[in-house]
Amino acid sequence: MCAVAGSKPAVPAKPKKRTIMESRKRALTSRVREIIIKNLFAFLAFISVLLLGLIVLFLFREGLPIFKQISVSQFLFGSAWYPTYNPPEYGIWPLIVGSVIVTVLSCLIAVPFGLLAAVYISEIAPARIKEILKSIIELLAGLPSVVLGFFGMVILAPWMQETFDLPTGLNIVNASVMLAVMAIPTISSISEDALYAVPREYKEASYALGATKYETIAKVAIPAALSGISTAVILGMARAIGETMVVLMVAGGSAAIPRGLFDSVRPMPASIAAEMGEAPFQSGHYHALFATGIVLFFITLAFNLVADHISNRFKEEGSGTL
Amino acid sequence: MNGQPTHSLMKWRYIKQGVFFGVVRFAALIITLALLGIIVFLLAHGWRAITWDFLTLSPMDSMTKGGIMPAIVGTFYLTVGAIIVALPLGVVSAIYLTEYAKQGLFIRIIRVGVNCLAGVPSVVFGLFGLGFFVVFLKFGSSILAGALTLGFLILPTIIGAAEEALKAVPQTFREASLALGVSKWRTISRIVLPSALPGILTGAILGVGRAAGETAPIMFTAAAFFTSVLPRSVFDEVMALPYHIYVLATAGTHIEQTRPLQYGTALVLIALVLGVDLVAIVLRSMVRRKKRW
Repeated sequence: MCAVAGSKPAVPAKPKKRTIMESRKRALTSRVREIIIKNLFAFLAFISVLLLGLIVLFLFREGLPIFKQISVSQFLFGSAWYPTYNPPEYGIWPLIVGSVIVTVLSCLIAVPFGLLAAVYISEIAPARIKEILKSIIELLAGLPSVVLGFFGMVILAPWMQETFDLPTGLNIVNASVMLAVMAIPTISSISEDALYAVPREYKEASYALGATKYETIAKVAIPAALSGISTAVILGMARAIGETMVVLMVAGGSAAIPRGLFDSVRPMPASIAAEMGEAPFQSGHYHALFATGIVLFFITLAFNLVADHISNRFKEEGSGTL
Repeated sequence: MNGQPTHSLMKWRYIKQGVFFGVVRFAALIITLALLGIIVFLLAHGWRAITWDFLTLSPMDSMTKGGIMPAIVGTFYLTVGAIIVALPLGVVSAIYLTEYAKQGLFIRIIRVGVNCLAGVPSVVFGLFGLGFFVVFLKFGSSILAGALTLGFLILPTIIGAAEEALKAVPQTFREASLALGVSKWRTISRIVLPSALPGILTGAILGVGRAAGETAPIMFTAAAFFTSVLPRSVFDEVMALPYHIYVLATAGTHIEQTRPLQYGTALVLIALVLGVDLVAIVLRSMVRRKKRW
């Protein structure tokens, strides 16, 4: 070592010195490049957040002017939606009720099916069927909503009308069934992930105590996966409440508070999609539809934040102790 | 004496299990039948409408006859535009989230942002596109506005898929590269990205399927009721398959008369979307099977 240090002044010839300088320079540019890339990527990743901000900004920009005409509570809880009358009435309470009813009903259908399918896929099905069923559920998720709406219109609606002798087949039940078809893949795939993440040791411990497979699923696996399953249900509901084409085509479009399950409703997304084309630019109606969009946005945002919170809070629990 | 109740209890427990398994299988069967039922109904009613003319002609006689060529072309442009917007942005975001970011507030905000963006209803994206691209940036109702709106709609899908693909690349690959003195960016661009490419591609294909099938986001930003000519620039309005189905099924004066056209258009759309999805699914399972790390 000493010899090396001692011989150092003798060795460096001119070219070698240059390479040291060069490599230093290179290391420096490389480091600068790394920093630039890192920050650029950070900024680009941040665009998603910016986008969310922009969405809020422009919804408010186009939606808030309606509140110069009416108060927030009149808008939210007013029971008459007659945006084209003179004078117009912009109460979206019937639309909110419509959205809530079809969402709740569709989840009553979709949650059992989605959850049972998830149990089947993760706990019971043989490997081959499991793969096929997962693909089927993925394809179901990929079905364009307009096709589901069309199916509900031309197949389910006439059938319901005849079978139950109704004035119209375009009603709450029809819309809920078609929405359930859209929500099932969301619920099932997220629940399946949750069930899959349950540590094997839990189940093995249950079997070792002599529990049957059913008991293990019902009393060990499902409770252990409950936070993931609740996330799944919440996200399924968010999907259903925000879905547009199905409710636009199948819910019937009546902006009145429904009296029964076979009445027509006009959920918020349907109202926006149906009327935006006709609402004069920057009119009260136009602003009211954007304001409806604000309500819809914050409802789904709340659902998503709750789901995010639940899945984060319970994430670390699990096999760590075993 | 003692054996009898235990035995019947055991029997009861297995009966419960049998019933439960039956119910679970039934649910899985119903879901399968729902998908098959929808496809079969559309096939049965729509296959007669699918002719060469149907695929290559413009609509005629106030959309009661003719084909859907402009809608196919429009959907193609919108989808390609959306993927051009979403793929680079999504992959870069995913690289940042998996390779660069350290746990902390910043990354937490981005994650929540992406999750929330994924949950924004499609019709709200449509409103945003209308307010921002169409009105504020004065793009008008155009391919550009529609493609940007759709692109941002599928951005979270792409980020999610790319992240999953990047996470699946073994840590040892990165460590080996870094140990050889390769810089981080080179490690990512030469080692990590190529290994993750099939997974990213799968995500991109799924994004294409999603973008092609969406209606609400393009209703106010790009879709035209009817155009007789094909678009010449990105500032032109276009017809699109999903919107065309909606228009024919709800807004026409000849709704019953155009049923075959509606079935035909719906069939073309699901063939396109499910075909694309199926390619992604098969590709992914091939990649998974081939992978040996």
